[in-house]
Amino acid sequence: MELKEAVAGTLESGDMLVRIGPGEGLQVELQSSVEAQFGRRIRAVIRETLEGLGVENATVRVVDKGALDCTIRARVTAAAVRASGKDVWKD
Amino acid sequence: MRNSKLTTLEEAIRRSGLRDGMTISFHHHFRGGDKVVNLVVDCLSRMGFKDLHLAASSLSDVHKPLIEHIKNGVISRISTSGLRGELADAISRGLMEQPVVFRSHGGRGSAIASGELKIDVAFLGASSSDELGNACGYSRSDCAKSICGSLGYALPDARYAAHVVVITDDLVAYPNMPMSISAADVESVVVVDSVGDSSKISAGAIRDSKNPRDILLAKQAAKVVINSGYFEDGFSIQTGTGGASLAVVKYIREQMLQQGIKASFALGGITAHMVKLHEEGLIGRLVDVQSFDKVAAESLKNDPTHQEVSAVEYASGQHLGSATHALDIVILSALEVDVDFNVNVLVGSDGIIRGAIGGHQDTAADSALSIIVCPLLRGRIPCVVPKVTTLITPGKSVDVVVTEYGIAVNPARPEIAERLQAAGLRVVDIKSLAEKASSIIGTPEPLPFGDKVVGIVMNRDGSVLDKIYNIQ
Repeated sequence: MELKEAVAGTLESGDMLVRIGPGEGLQVELQSSVEAQFGRRIRAVIRETLEGLGVENATVRVVDKGALDCTIRARVTAAAVRASGKDVWKD
Repeated sequence: MRNSKLTTLEEAIRRSGLRDGMTISFHHHFRGGDKVVNLVVDCLSRMGFKDLHLAASSLSDVHKPLIEHIKNGVISRISTSGLRGELADAISRGLMEQPVVFRSHGGRGSAIASGELKIDVAFLGASSSDELGNACGYSRSDCAKSICGSLGYALPDARYAAHVVVITDDLVAYPNMPMSISAADVESVVVVDSVGDSSKISAGAIRDSKNPRDILLAKQAAKVVINSGYFEDGFSIQTGTGGASLAVVKYIREQMLQQGIKASFALGGITAHMVKLHEEGLIGRLVDVQSFDKVAAESLKNDPTHQEVSAVEYASGQHLGSATHALDIVILSALEVDVDFNVNVLVGSDGIIRGAIGGHQDTAADSALSIIVCPLLRGRIPCVVPKVTTLITPGKSVDVVVTEYGIAVNPARPEIAERLQAAGLRVVDIKSLAEKASSIIGTPEPLPFGDKVVGIVMNRDGSVLDKIYNIQ
């Protein structure tokens, strides 16, 4: 899957800003306001979401402001769709 | 004038007899706009003092320069009600060798009165003073530069400190009356360019919320007040500084007008909201230990039924005459509440100190009805938890917890639960709130606390309630 640079989300409390672009393997860089309590869980949800979409090579930089799992999935999916042009909801 | 106490800051310090290892004190009535702490500690540093104990009524973001003075050994101990910003962050990570001692406002007042907290030299900022030290948190002169209103937290220091230096930015003609701090307690008067930025008094903890969730919480809390059994003519009330707890006043006002109910007094930190109700005749007296905004500060200056009280008169647990003992209803906020109704308002869920005890312990313990208002979650951070990170207000003083997912009532107050249920409010078990929170956010991993004690939380009776460990 070819990826362009794409962004989804915001820096509002309870949300996250996801930036995605081409890469080799899945590189996830996370900055989170709840790193100590939820960092591991957030990384896992980001990876699962991308793998579920078939994204195997990407650089993902995420700034998290305490997003819930459902928000993380939605933002990561939106970023991947914008980067790949492949609309997972339609196709 | 004869016997003038006017001098420079350096000379005032020399005259005070201050020595290394002694205790200096400050008030925080200018909150985020305070200039006195940094000014005085810079001067003490230049004069070569070391190992001082800084006992402030509270500290905030603006006191970041203390980090350097702690590293340089000028300040080695701190007592305060709270810490915020970079100073709080550095201390949470283990900046100091000796733990910070946290006391409530009432606890600090009674510790000073009893001699448990002995102050050698108090440096008290004032918006006006005459040459003998009659001082106020406002000025009636044309040259007024600042206003902070009540000096309630400074009054125990003025009365009990061995030596008192008043620092003012408006020297007025003798006699500066009515005064808050009496010249009889003052040794030196120092004039500076500015003691504080009055526009920053309401910065920091105090927000006037437009957040729809805060408004929902405020409406629910108002319903709790109105149906609690304590909402009757002559009741008394206090609110804390959270967005929701401030907004409650607006909704209570509507019911006061409708039902023809008036309050006898409002206590504590006084806000523009309270002043409005007072001026409308809905609240008889304002009993003000701290003016939370400029409107409140001006009202204290101009309205004789808006009365200043000291921290001791306000909330001492040791003095039965303190005003909290006459308080019916208090509405407070929280960072965390646990399933035993214990409350934390000091340490964030990331283990970093980010708040203040304030009057939380005092008002919750002494009031007839204490209501905690907090959302179930803040982002991914749960506010109703199995166990609080740090114990500040013991659950036995907490009666009702209001969240957007339901209202929990302490099992020790079944009559209140009955009244709220009868009024159609959604009363739930507090454990179900903690479970609801964890079902949404998952289970947090434990915080990486170290084994160095960075803070000690005192109860208002002088016993130790909890310890705060360094975060790694």
